[in-house]
Amino acid sequence: MTMSSSAPAHYRPYHPKWYRQRVSVWWWLEKPVYALFVLRELTSVAVAFFALMLLALIRAVAAGPEAYARFQAKLQSPLFLVLDGIALALVLFHTVTWFNVAPKALVVRIGGRRVPDALVAGAHYAAWLGLSGVVAYVLLRG
Amino acid sequence: MPETVKLEVTRYRPEQEDEPSFATYEVPFRKDWVVLDALNYIKDRLDGTLSFRWSCRMGVCGSCGMRVDGEPKLTCATFLADYLPGPIRVEPLEHFPIVRDLVVDLSDFLRKLTKVKPWIVREHEKPVEEGEYLQTPEQLDAYKPLSMCINCMLCYSACPIYGLEQSFIGPAAIALAQRYSRDSRDQGAAERLKLLQQTDGIWQCTFVGECSAVCPKNVDPAGAIQQYKLEAATQWFLSLLPRGGR
Amino acid sequence: MLKTLTPLLWTLFSAGGMLAALLYPVHLLLTGFAIPLGWVPAPSYPALHDLVAHPLARLYLFALIALPLFHWAHRFRYTLYDGLQLKHLEALIAVLCYGTALLGALVAAWTLWSFR
Repeated sequence: MTMSSSAPAHYRPYHPKWYRQRVSVWWWLEKPVYALFVLRELTSVAVAFFALMLLALIRAVAAGPEAYARFQAKLQSPLFLVLDGIALALVLFHTVTWFNVAPKALVVRIGGRRVPDALVAGAHYAAWLGLSGVVAYVLLRG
Repeated sequence: MPETVKLEVTRYRPEQEDEPSFATYEVPFRKDWVVLDALNYIKDRLDGTLSFRWSCRMGVCGSCGMRVDGEPKLTCATFLADYLPGPIRVEPLEHFPIVRDLVVDLSDFLRKLTKVKPWIVREHEKPVEEGEYLQTPEQLDAYKPLSMCINCMLCYSACPIYGLEQSFIGPAAIALAQRYSRDSRDQGAAERLKLLQQTDGIWQCTFVGECSAVCPKNVDPAGAIQQYKLEAATQWFLSLLPRGGR
Repeated sequence: MLKTLTPLLWTLFSAGGMLAALLYPVHLLLTGFAIPLGWVPAPSYPALHDLVAHPLARLYLFALIALPLFHWAHRFRYTLYDGLQLKHLEALIAVLCYGTALLGALVAAWTLWSFR
């Protein structure tokens, strides 16, 4: 048999009939872990909600005592109390999930050894408590 | 303890059907049997046409990855006893095309793995006369967990982003890129970072975290990806400085 | 253009997320419940006004509003992308999300800058 020394052999690839499953739009409902993940991501809506509320607050303060009083009245309405309650729950969920995964991204090495995840997360919780105390003090001391 | 347990196994015979279906097999229950033992029993005694991959049967080769009751598992490390009373659902890994029964095509991953250059990249090889590369225990620690990857693909099955976006490079490929970039002998970190910063690299990941949850070797690809994001962001800011932060 | 900015956008997302995680619970508790419902003595309007007017407070409030807005923009964009598989609307979603955050940040900056 003579071998061709010029063009390489061309084989037509065999394509077997593979089965591909389409991912459903409801993929995140298939496992509880996925649903929790989407809930975690949706906490960002509560974050945006409160960011805008803070903006409205400072704009009310800028506009004068009557505007501020009207803003306070709105905050006391049942609608806002309910919305704020939902937002608070979601923001807390954000805080807890954020602190619990932070050690995966923020790897701290001391003396060549990696600081345990629990300590890194714990430091976040401690900072949370400390800063919350400072904010409450500054805001409420009158 | 029951005498037998039922397994619902995916069957897909492309030459005779268009879609996968389930077949139920009843296998003896032994408390020390794993799902792989049950599958081998089926193939040996009940239905020789069942196709599946396996090799070492001790959790180091990465061949026997499948979904057991919906969760990606190494079937050689998944005990029947934990799934009583059954029936136990055995399906191929998700997000890969099914070739036949429980066998999936992994060429997408293999292509992506090659792209990240999973080997020591050096500008100049150290000549033999200069001796070996030396590494301290700390230098070894920097990449050792990532080196435990057995390419079992459970992470790709668990990652919803890979399911939605087939072009995503994926957890194992990124973890293996880090394994080499963090190796003190390697000089290819910048090259790999450049590749992984492109579309379908690290920025596709939204830190679902399932990849690390299912990894049988505790590689923690999710952590590796987040650390890579931090590195990439740091590099980006440094590059804005006059001399690139150097 | 979005691709080259991704590291910056991710950094804003992370910073905003960290700020929101650390500071939003207490601020939300005070602003939404403790003060309106009288659980704590409410700061008087003059005291509040002087507090906001302080330069450091203005910077703090700007960061507290703007960065979490970018956190939302980035996260929500990916949620729509992955959750609802709206890949074909990629550019529109990005513009709407980051655009809204930018708008909010600009309004906050203007309000705090011109605060009297």
